[in-house]
Amino acid sequence: MSKGPKSIETRHYEERGAFFAGLRHVSRRSFVKLAGLSAGLAMAKGLVTPHGFQLVQVASAAEGDRPSFTFAYVSDTHLYPASLNDRFVRAALKAVDDVNALDPQPDFVLFGGDLAQLGRKEELDLGRQILKTIKAPVHMMVGEHDWFLDLGEYWRGLFGPAQHSFDHKGVHFVTLMSVQEKDFWTARGMTPAERMQTVAGLDNGVQSRFEVGEEGRAWLKRDLEKVDHQTPLVVFSHSPLYKYYRPWNFWTEDAEEVQAILKPFPHVTVIHGHTHQLLTNRIDNIQFHGMLSTAWPWPYAPEGLPKLTIQMNRADPFDQFDGCGDGAVEVLESGLVNKLYNLWDRNPVAVRASYLTSGGAKDAPPRTKLPSF
Amino acid sequence: MPNRRKALVLGGATLAGLACLAAALEERLPRGVSAVLYELAVPPAAAPTPDRVALGDKLFNDKRLSVNDQVSCATCHDPARGFVDHKTVPDGVAAPAQRPQRNSPTVLNAMFNATQFWDGRAPSLEEQAKLPILNPIEMGQKSPDDVVAKVRALPEYREAFSRVFGHEATYDDIAAAIAAFERTQYAGDAPFDRFVAGDEKAIGAAARRGWGLFNGKGRCSDCHAFSTVSPLFSDQKFHNIGIAAHKTDFIELARKAASTVRAGDLKQVDELAIQTHFSELGRFLVTKQANDIGAFKTPGLRNVAITAPYMHDGSLATLWDVMDHYNKGGVPNPNLDGGMQRLGLTEAEIDDLVAFMESLTSSKFAALAKQEMARQRARKSVRPERETAVAMGKQGHLGDLAPTPDPARPAAFGVLVRGGTSYE
Repeated sequence: MSKGPKSIETRHYEERGAFFAGLRHVSRRSFVKLAGLSAGLAMAKGLVTPHGFQLVQVASAAEGDRPSFTFAYVSDTHLYPASLNDRFVRAALKAVDDVNALDPQPDFVLFGGDLAQLGRKEELDLGRQILKTIKAPVHMMVGEHDWFLDLGEYWRGLFGPAQHSFDHKGVHFVTLMSVQEKDFWTARGMTPAERMQTVAGLDNGVQSRFEVGEEGRAWLKRDLEKVDHQTPLVVFSHSPLYKYYRPWNFWTEDAEEVQAILKPFPHVTVIHGHTHQLLTNRIDNIQFHGMLSTAWPWPYAPEGLPKLTIQMNRADPFDQFDGCGDGAVEVLESGLVNKLYNLWDRNPVAVRASYLTSGGAKDAPPRTKLPSF
Repeated sequence: MPNRRKALVLGGATLAGLACLAAALEERLPRGVSAVLYELAVPPAAAPTPDRVALGDKLFNDKRLSVNDQVSCATCHDPARGFVDHKTVPDGVAAPAQRPQRNSPTVLNAMFNATQFWDGRAPSLEEQAKLPILNPIEMGQKSPDDVVAKVRALPEYREAFSRVFGHEATYDDIAAAIAAFERTQYAGDAPFDRFVAGDEKAIGAAARRGWGLFNGKGRCSDCHAFSTVSPLFSDQKFHNIGIAAHKTDFIELARKAASTVRAGDLKQVDELAIQTHFSELGRFLVTKQANDIGAFKTPGLRNVAITAPYMHDGSLATLWDVMDHYNKGGVPNPNLDGGMQRLGLTEAEIDDLVAFMESLTSSKFAALAKQEMARQRARKSVRPERETAVAMGKQGHLGDLAPTPDPARPAAFGVLVRGGTSYE
């Protein structure tokens, strides 16, 4: 024990140096570089080594399970004007700081919708101003809170068409506008503000159910016509593209039709906002992941929760950040993704593609010790 | 049937015996120290017997426990100063060349802490006592064997250990004796305890207003809770309140830490925690969990008037500085606890909260508290942490402001209610 005493710092730097040197021998793309993601994955894989300054050993990941690239996400900021209430501004800024601090930077950042709370110009302008400070390119998705004051007019002026697609490093990305609603307002003589307020309420039977709609589905069909079926697909939608809980509109009315359009593609991932919670589902060829909100966590619905979801437990109401956060998506060479929930004030949780493909048999994320809600 | 009756009788006798024990304990403990908690916190095997306490007292004050006969436990945990040293960071055997990184916490009520040290790395008083003796810059002993050899060589200890423990001193015995002594150091019997027990005049009007603010607008009670389920003015958890972020490189350090999941043996963590700039990572060094970066234990608040300076690094000189820190919502950093937000407390409200904290002083330290508070009050105009614009919501984005209570009727919730009305 007394032989060759090295200071703790010396030992630390030596071991850390050795670790990073070790990493360099591994192919550049075969280890996780995203800080939080590696911690989360380590936990998910139970790879936290018991001694020494060893980092995470993800280098031995199976063929096809290796990360290809990473994008980050920020979602559901629900901004009010800062003069009225700045807690959500604070949270949005925190998320921007988080993604800007990622080293290396993500290839792009997805904004998952519900930038504004009531679709007002000043709310959307504020959001745009905050998102402008993100260093990586930002892809925008629209949410119902952005849309139903003027049916998306101002939002489209700021950010462009609500549905669009792009290709990135061999993956085809599609952003769907999944929060269309059938006209419930004209017959009731609602003003635009009343319409917005109605949609913004969680639990009401007045509004219609969300849908991609006939036009949106036709657009999707046309967009996918030119894409080879072996190409991995990642679909962004604000509402989950399946039927979770109807009364809260955690729901897409024409989900089955949309899923049918995606059927020919063996590797499909849907990343959605709206539900503000850890949410995991798989329907045949499609893997679904929810995104965290920066503003507040929703409780889980009383029924309809997908079986694969590992729930997060009740958030501490005193703690503004608890149950909220942002995250990242690691796209694997196989075309599937590992999803990281960067929960603020909690430890990160990674939901791996292998957990979903194995139907929950492998690589289960850590389950909370406390009861869920 | 007879058997069952016998069992019932026996059970009854046991229950009665227990109740009797609890009552006897209650007599012995100062007001404000829960007998129930004492029974939970002090296992029968670790009960402080008088001879163990006497031996522990002697060891606690004995500088010969250190490598150079210069430092005892009491050097940093001075019984006459409320078991602290009133220094930012303590002097150990390596001072002034090298000093530990963390402020000496008090021993008072330490027996009730769920974990020991600012980062909770020791599970018991015994385990705690063993580490500073071996820390190279605290007491500097090389190994437990060195300590034991030194103690065994001292004739008075040879006699005492064989009498108390029935054999020659071991390192475990030394720790057990010190822990026994520490289990007699209560923090209770404060004016506030008399107030809670029903004497509404036991604390002044300012302190009573402060108690309302403590449970309301000040948001203090979420972590420093004082209630039947949390009687220690501490939630016994670890939070990043932004003190670590005072250090300029903290954010970079924190980002690195998040990407570096590592583990170490207890001794190694102890050295990291005390000696290096990694110290600022706090609880993370123990758990390696990202959520614990820069988090430190919520200390209890009893006798806080006599334990300046404050925080894990002793960086805040007065209770006014502490209030300024919380009032502005802490210092922003990526791991700042979400419970931290600006408070919008006025200067008068800050004074009330300080008065409340002063009312938590045990009567045996009343004179010391008076002197300490006079010293703090004298430098009330020096306020390095004050950022009024931020605290009042005129600058920055640090969350909602709680409504300002009506000064005539301070926050009714959390305040003792008698006969259906809030006090006065």
